[in-house]
Amino acid sequence: MNFLLKGGLVVDPRLGMVKEVDIRVAKGKIVEIGSHLESAGDDEQEELINVEGKIVAPGFIDMHVHLREPGGEAHETILTGCQAAAAGGFTVIAAMPNTQPCADNEGVIELIKVRAQKADLVQVLPIGTISKERKGQEISEMGSLFRAGAVAFSDDGSGVVSSEVMRRALEYAKILDAPIISHCEDTALAGDGLMHEGYWSTDLGLRGIPAQAEEIMVARDILLAELTGGKLHLAHLSTAGSVALLRFARERGIMVTAEATPHHLLLTDEEVKLQSYATSTKVNPPLRSQADVEALRAAVKEGLIGCIATDHAPWSEEEKEQEYAKAPFGIASLETAIPIVWDTLVVKGKMNPLELIARFTTGPAEVLGIEKEKGFFAVGRTADITVIDPQMKKAVNANVFYSKGKNTPVDGRAFQGWPVMTIVGGKIVMRDGIVKGDKN
Amino acid sequence: MGIKEKDLLTMEQLDREQIELILHTAKEMKSIIKRDIKKVPTLRGKSIVTLFYEPSTRTRTSFELAGKYMSADMVNINTTASSVVKGESLKDTGLTLQAMGLDIVIVRHSMAGAPAMLGSYLEARVINAGDGFHQHPTQALLDMLTIQEHLGGFEGLKVAIVGDVLHSRVVRSDLNGLITMGAKVTICGPATLIPPGLEEMGAKVTYNLEEAISDADVIVMLRIQLERQKAGFFPSLREYSQYYGLNKERLSLASKDCLVIHPGPINRGIEISGEVADSLNSCINEQVTNGVAVRMALLYLMLS
Repeated sequence: MNFLLKGGLVVDPRLGMVKEVDIRVAKGKIVEIGSHLESAGDDEQEELINVEGKIVAPGFIDMHVHLREPGGEAHETILTGCQAAAAGGFTVIAAMPNTQPCADNEGVIELIKVRAQKADLVQVLPIGTISKERKGQEISEMGSLFRAGAVAFSDDGSGVVSSEVMRRALEYAKILDAPIISHCEDTALAGDGLMHEGYWSTDLGLRGIPAQAEEIMVARDILLAELTGGKLHLAHLSTAGSVALLRFARERGIMVTAEATPHHLLLTDEEVKLQSYATSTKVNPPLRSQADVEALRAAVKEGLIGCIATDHAPWSEEEKEQEYAKAPFGIASLETAIPIVWDTLVVKGKMNPLELIARFTTGPAEVLGIEKEKGFFAVGRTADITVIDPQMKKAVNANVFYSKGKNTPVDGRAFQGWPVMTIVGGKIVMRDGIVKGDKN
Repeated sequence: MGIKEKDLLTMEQLDREQIELILHTAKEMKSIIKRDIKKVPTLRGKSIVTLFYEPSTRTRTSFELAGKYMSADMVNINTTASSVVKGESLKDTGLTLQAMGLDIVIVRHSMAGAPAMLGSYLEARVINAGDGFHQHPTQALLDMLTIQEHLGGFEGLKVAIVGDVLHSRVVRSDLNGLITMGAKVTICGPATLIPPGLEEMGAKVTYNLEEAISDADVIVMLRIQLERQKAGFFPSLREYSQYYGLNKERLSLASKDCLVIHPGPINRGIEISGEVADSLNSCINEQVTNGVAVRMALLYLMLS
């Protein structure tokens, strides 16, 4: 299908471009970028798509998604996860390996690729495990996983307890020039904590997870990155202390990148109180204090944290409708990420669209080593495009999520700035909230 | 006038007026308990369930008697024998109870927030009989009734709460209630068992027992659970007792008519010496009576 996106405001962080230009797409590729392009008309079978008042950005990349398949199909499948990604405005997602079995072998990597191709919606980049069976004891066959298609390595969901194993992983991944994505959590210190340790954990009688449970591992991994020269990426940073440590790393010239999630940029630990123990507020790392939220927002604006990633963690209602202590950690966030951050950081904050879009495009593309292919506009390149309506204001309705996970703490809350079109490889996979192939 | 919100989950939700009303009503209820024939028809035709997910003799019996003295139909759900053991979720239990048309569900649960969750599925009113380390409002109310009876009021009263604060649902409830009523509360325990944020809630915090109980009008001693030592919160019971055990010598630092209360059951010789427990200062048995009275008052106020 060929089409002309006409009248939109094109925002491309790589080129530093914010300009009203039109984009012509044919046979899956961008064929022309320019002002006042004329529609080729019906003869060329080209659709004219009016995107006046909309923002046209390079396809958004979410480098931290839990698709649950294989093993957790009650919570999400590769198909429903891809539908949720398309609905949420993402063109590329990276799949975390903590499935059952986990992606510590080529078979699981192949399965993810095959099922993602079958879903035929967004591009899925598999992530392999750091250690065999995610036990943190022996490093996985990273080379084989890489050849099979893994773009990064992570034991996300658990911290790598042994500094020795983490050191070897950072070193070994240098052969592949692939990043190690660290879930920074001192398991013993976090203990069986359920929420951020502070005033509200005391008030609610829930065991706390201190900020230091994250920061200790952030510090350790930064020092190991210095020791090894490996590529370290810090997942879902949540505290002001982690931001300070990241700054320390940058100043020392250590190669470290980082991401923050929409929920950590929006909500504080008080949310658990306000929502009276709603388990949709239970997430790891936990929602933190106001000072932490502000430090994260500043770091994202500054670019110290170069990526926004969802940590989409869908759970079935049965899993989440339990006592707070029993319910699993996680928030389903693919379909709310853009509105949450647009509203919080652009509409109400001080970020300009160019900065924000960079965190979803050039930022993650560079971490994943796909920056030559993805995250910018150029004639001849594959057409991956996200279109956002910066004026659209509506309330989140978890019941209409494509994701099987309805576990969101922002259900019913209104946000301004929603994705209205997702284009992957020149195919429109989402239009006005409706995902391709959806019969409703 | 009664309890404003549907469910009684915390002491935080009760204002001064409501606490005064409950305590006043409880005093009237106490006269019923002292009668020879302890039965009034006040709650005839009302049905109340006690749903305890944790073992408890004291609190459960207390609620059960409170309901029976007022002629309510009382049902105990024994969770070890019920469908809970078969894996029924709290939600499904809630929906089943809802279908039974109960008036009040009294719930105890080892996990904080479970009564709030149950309340969200029920039209029946829920009373929290203790949830995890969160709250235990009826314990606070009975503590407050005892304090009021002995000392007349709360304004400016110096109260020390001593022990394992981190794992105590009683502390949070006592603290909320006492501060609402104008008392000055000092919290004391080993640093490993003191959670953050207590000062923001209006309490003074110290690790020094002598300092905490100096000139205190009331000392609330918390039960220390033996398994906390194994979890590494303090090195030994011997050392705990040396630093935080209440004995006669230490008690002499408190005000002359100092009232010592303990939610029970006591670990004699650990958090409280046998001597102190037996002494006139302590009113542990009186607490049991007050527990029934306060629960009668609550059931009455929530159902009338």
